[in-house]
Amino acid sequence: MDEFERTFDSLPEILGDLSFARVRDWKKQQEGRKAVAFFPVYAPAELVHAAGMLPVLLSGAGDRLDIQHADSRFGSFICSIIKTTMEMAMTGHLEPFDALLFSSICDSARNLCFVIKRNFPQIYTDFIHLPHSTSDSSVDFLTQEYRRIIHELERLGGSPIHDEALRQSIALYNGQRGLVRQLYALRAHSPHLLRAWESYLLVRSGYVMPVEEHITLLRQALEYLPTRSNKKRDAIRVVIEGSFCEQPPLELIRLLENAGCDVVEDDLVIAQRWFTEDVPLGGDPVRALAESYVKSSVYSSVRHDSQRPRWDGLAEKIRGTQAEAVIFLIAKFCEPAYFDYVLFKKKVDEMGLPHLLLEFEEKLFTFDRLRTEVETFVESLVFD
Amino acid sequence: MSEYRGSIHQQQKDLMLDWYQRLDQAAEGGEPPTVSMMISGNCVELLEGFDAVPIYPEVNALQLAIRHQSLEPILAAEEMGYAGDNCAYVKADIGCMVKGITPTGGRLPKPTLVLCNFVGCNTYVKWFEHVAAFTGAPLFVLDVPFLRGEEPSQADIYYVVQQLKEVVERLEKLTGRKFDEDRFRQAVAYSRDVEELWSEVKHLAKHSPSPFDAYFDAITLMGPLYVYRGKREGVEFFRSALAELKEKVRAGEGVYDQEKFRVVVEGPPPYPYFRSFRDMFAHWKAVAVASTYSTVGGLWEFGFRHDPEKPFESVAMHMLAQNVTNRNYLQRYEQIRRYVQEWKADGVIIHFVKSCRLFSAGQGDMRDYLTRQVGVPTLYIESDLEDPRYFAEAQTKNRIDAFFESLEHAKHTAAHAVGA
Ligand code: SF4
Ligand code: SF4
Repeated sequence: MDEFERTFDSLPEILGDLSFARVRDWKKQQEGRKAVAFFPVYAPAELVHAAGMLPVLLSGAGDRLDIQHADSRFGSFICSIIKTTMEMAMTGHLEPFDALLFSSICDSARNLCFVIKRNFPQIYTDFIHLPHSTSDSSVDFLTQEYRRIIHELERLGGSPIHDEALRQSIALYNGQRGLVRQLYALRAHSPHLLRAWESYLLVRSGYVMPVEEHITLLRQALEYLPTRSNKKRDAIRVVIEGSFCEQPPLELIRLLENAGCDVVEDDLVIAQRWFTEDVPLGGDPVRALAESYVKSSVYSSVRHDSQRPRWDGLAEKIRGTQAEAVIFLIAKFCEPAYFDYVLFKKKVDEMGLPHLLLEFEEKLFTFDRLRTEVETFVESLVFD
Repeated sequence: MSEYRGSIHQQQKDLMLDWYQRLDQAAEGGEPPTVSMMISGNCVELLEGFDAVPIYPEVNALQLAIRHQSLEPILAAEEMGYAGDNCAYVKADIGCMVKGITPTGGRLPKPTLVLCNFVGCNTYVKWFEHVAAFTGAPLFVLDVPFLRGEEPSQADIYYVVQQLKEVVERLEKLTGRKFDEDRFRQAVAYSRDVEELWSEVKHLAKHSPSPFDAYFDAITLMGPLYVYRGKREGVEFFRSALAELKEKVRAGEGVYDQEKFRVVVEGPPPYPYFRSFRDMFAHWKAVAVASTYSTVGGLWEFGFRHDPEKPFESVAMHMLAQNVTNRNYLQRYEQIRRYVQEWKADGVIIHFVKSCRLFSAGQGDMRDYLTRQVGVPTLYIESDLEDPRYFAEAQTKNRIDAFFESLEHAKHTAAHAVGA
């Protein structure tokens, strides 16, 4: 067995580590290093990297933390990640971070940003308004918005962020996004060589380790995976849609696969392949990053582009991967996902594809009901 | 209890009926042009430049709920795939659209433009996108940056102004009419006057007894505020309202023969149980002296006015910074604190609304702030603004009773302490 296989055993531990030991270690290596956590879905990690800081994606607490304090701040009808993030903050788990960034994804996250700001004034907490429109004025605006964030990061870090450094960061992240896209292409083509849960671990780990390390990891993966001797499975090709923010338990992704699905596409940790093409390296790098967000983002339920409807994006994804079914995997109380489900479903119905809606929470006590639903769904397709 | 039922009550009804009639007329012949918009921080003044009429899906939704007609369209929407936990305003509106239900029975036109003046509420973006998708009407998302700091930046203002000009261009194409800048400027001037009057009305609630209820009665006054803000009718309406209420103050007349408690209310009302909810407060002679909900459309009691000298900029300012939904959450805390202190309230009612995460997500923290930092008693109750299935009448009443009992008790004790 190749040594690389062991990666898949170690990654869950690293990703689930709520003490953020790796982040602490990274900071310790050099005096004055700072780490910046961002709340999903997308954040311009390049700006943080160019400031010499470590960007880390917050992904809730999974099943590793009991909610004891956050409930008194965020009551009923709120998704898990809001509560677990608040709980982490209230129990000192976010202590390794010098800054927290939120963006315009939904109303719950918006309010969370300011609740955290009030309760933890020692952390620099900010809100990035990512446009819900794609006009040229949106590009101008976002450029200014990024400059504002740069200014704050410069203050936090005590040194200026130069264009050249930013360009280098963009180049690195372009590389990372490119490799992630390759990984997805490999999976869509040969799902037996890379299971969805494995790919999820590989991709998500890019947001707890420095991008340079992640690039190495992805390269090794892309070299190793094609040599695997896994047998092709007799499974249904499905697309997962709706898990763009709060992440489902790893076990749930495994469950889908064990029930006979090959997950050939998904929107898990979508920030890692946010752009449909590389961010241009010429010209003003801040503007380039802003323009890419406005003009060449992938479709996502938290971003609105009235010229290119998201449901058409899903249709393309289905066609591109020759998927046979869609599983809507939605975090409980995730309003953007709930809304999009209606128009996505309409489109998928028009295409004549079967689909299944599943709701999850970060902490699920039993998977039995979900397992039965998925098994029934798969059976209905196989014996159709 | 004397609910605010002056002569302007009838005026209000007439104005709203006129509005629905114009919409009905538009449904018939395609004229006047109509634009769907959100109530929150909108640019209704701009429509005047085209003599276009606003359609407010929120007003339609709340009208249905007050008339106990919201459940049917909500269920219809759920059948289409909307979740139990989606904002029920949206569900009621979409449900009506597919079932052809309108609040008055008249027709609603297909909008000339669906203008999503997205201010703070992310649900709006989805809502309007769906309206456009289901009606086939063109959509423009006016992206208003959320207020991250205390004030909007120059970049924020510039961005919104740019987009307002894009809307003008778009409407010129869609209506075939030329934008009448003078009319626009005039509308902005009317808005300024209405705001001045409305703000004065709100400050009258500082009197004890307060001449009107700044939650329940304010909602009645909000219809004309939104539909007629940029019109002469609006100015006339608020002029009479102010005069009537001033007269009440002069005569020492309050909402109740004897005002016992003064409260600030946070959050939208439970429209499906509007009457019973109000009665629960009336029972205690508790009057709302201020409310955050009445500032959804605009926050004017602290001084902001539209400015005809700078029409585009001031419309942008209003959208960005002068309505409760686009202001950040901590600014809402501060707004409530000012109400409590400057309007002299005994307590704050936090009404958690299941539909609306914009209002409700984090209200536990708000309560912590109000109790611990401001030192004001709070009551936290949960229901919904549109969906009748989430109102536990007996339980809500018990909680409200317990709250006022304890306030009463505290008042007694304080009085004794002073007397001793
Ligand atoms: S999971 Fe959905 S509702 Fe929750 S924070 Fe993320 S986008 Fe918002
Ligand atoms: S979420 Fe709240 S503010 Fe937004 S549309 Fe629904 S009720 Fe209105």
